[in-house]
Amino acid sequence: MIYNEEFETLPREALEAIQLRRLKNTLERVYHTVPFYKKHFDKHGVKPDDIRSLEDLHKLPFTTKQDLRDNYPFGLFAVPMDSVVRIHASSGTTGKPTVVGYTARDIKTWSELMARTLMAGGATKGDIIHNAYGYGLFTGGLGFHYGAETLGASVIPISGGNTKRQIMIMKDFGPTILTCTPSYALLLAEVAEEMGVDFRSLKFKSGIFGAEPWSEQMRQEIERKLNLDAVDIYGLSEVMGPGVAVECIEAKQGLHIFEDHFIAEIIDPDTGEPLPYGEKGELVFTTITKEAFPVIRYRTRDISALYKEPCRCGRTLVRMERVSGRTDDMLIIRGVNVFPSQIESVLMEMEEVSPHYQLIVDRVEHMDQLTVMVEVNEEIFSDTVKNLQQLENKIRKNIKDMLGISTIVKLVEPKTIERSEGKAKRVIDNRKI
Amino acid sequence: MKVEQISVFLENKAGRLAEVTRVLGEGGINIRALSLADTTDFGILRLIVNDNEKAKKILKENGFTVGKTNVVAIEVEDKPGGLARILDILYRAGINVEYMYAFVQQSGENAVIIFRFDNLDEAIKVLQENGVTVINGSKVYTL
Repeated sequence: MIYNEEFETLPREALEAIQLRRLKNTLERVYHTVPFYKKHFDKHGVKPDDIRSLEDLHKLPFTTKQDLRDNYPFGLFAVPMDSVVRIHASSGTTGKPTVVGYTARDIKTWSELMARTLMAGGATKGDIIHNAYGYGLFTGGLGFHYGAETLGASVIPISGGNTKRQIMIMKDFGPTILTCTPSYALLLAEVAEEMGVDFRSLKFKSGIFGAEPWSEQMRQEIERKLNLDAVDIYGLSEVMGPGVAVECIEAKQGLHIFEDHFIAEIIDPDTGEPLPYGEKGELVFTTITKEAFPVIRYRTRDISALYKEPCRCGRTLVRMERVSGRTDDMLIIRGVNVFPSQIESVLMEMEEVSPHYQLIVDRVEHMDQLTVMVEVNEEIFSDTVKNLQQLENKIRKNIKDMLGISTIVKLVEPKTIERSEGKAKRVIDNRKI
Repeated sequence: MKVEQISVFLENKAGRLAEVTRVLGEGGINIRALSLADTTDFGILRLIVNDNEKAKKILKENGFTVGKTNVVAIEVEDKPGGLARILDILYRAGINVEYMYAFVQQSGENAVIIFRFDNLDEAIKVLQENGVTVINGSKVYTL
């Protein structure tokens, strides 16, 4: 099923003509309204006029997360604040979040893309959508919500958490579409089982799962345990939020990128050179319709590959492979982006803590669990249990305050943390996904 | 009047306590008294030994985190109510005991108990004013 038949099935030439026109407009606009882009383009000796074809995109410099950070909070907004109707944010590398803005038209575009997404995942006007993505600064909850309303479906804005109550509502309201992170889907299955609720007795047809990495095996597990079709969705707040790309329920083979709004590239993360279709590399996005927060050649750090072959669903849009990793050390813990450097800066701010720490990520009962191991040195050691437990609590609280995630803090003996070539191994990710 | 105690950070895992006692034994250190405080994931071993500096050095060389704290060794009458009398004195003076543990050897007829206070000097003063015998560090190490 296709929500916007016209734009999702455009012949490639027509689509590329639209892309080029929109790209040129976007470049003109950012060059004249965002001082960062003017400086950035000038420094690399390129002007918006130099971009005459889509291939010319490669002449433009990349935008990175660091650039976003340097312009915190609103420095990259391309419209005055009175045109901005919504602000979202995701966590950044030093504790400061990455802030993005939307005009009324951006919200309309995003809502349409989410309506497309929902329909690609099997939803129609007549469906009831159980939206368990978190509502708030995170783009997941509201992104799906507006998409569902645009589609004309009925949305249950349940948000995350309170799992038993969610199961009760599923039983009583009979939702037909589930939207949440894949790990939360598995938790729902487990809690339902504990409560004696069989997913086969519920009315779900399909689910749209994303905001964290998952695998084909996990898809099969979700489909089996929740008795529904599971599709993958991709998005990031810097580009838009959810709704940048989605799998179609017909093929479930790669995610269709909404290319009439975003231009995707795959580059070699080391050299920055563009890679041909089919090759794995870093995903790079340029937004071509966004007003408040356009990004030019934004490096996502996500690893994927692009495929041009037409899909049996009828969409002509390029497909991206399921994201298989990151080119940096970012972790996604229960949908929250966490960089080891953020934890490090929390620890460094507490003078008494030694810099030797290690992060261990596990998936316990389908939920991510982050354990912070901190080596006890003489400065922080105390002969009383009380003092050491206070220290553990303080670390836990500071991380929670800064990153909004709960962790387990564990004090360990010195030299416990494995060091390779003198450098401590900072992250051990035991999640099997 | 103060007694030096060394403390060692231990993770709750098999063989750690054995390792501490092994390295101390090999270094010729005699443990005079000890107590182990434990939580679900770590423990703190507190020791009174015959040679603090040497013990500390050996433990550090073996990769342990070692701390040094001053505690008080008190003679307690070895009869019913002996300890209660001392704790009552402390309670009345508003002195909080962080932790305490018993010494293996007796001092003459009396038992010896190690006390850790927040305010050590104040505690010693109160105890002595109430006629409690506080044992000297140098004597404790060789009891």
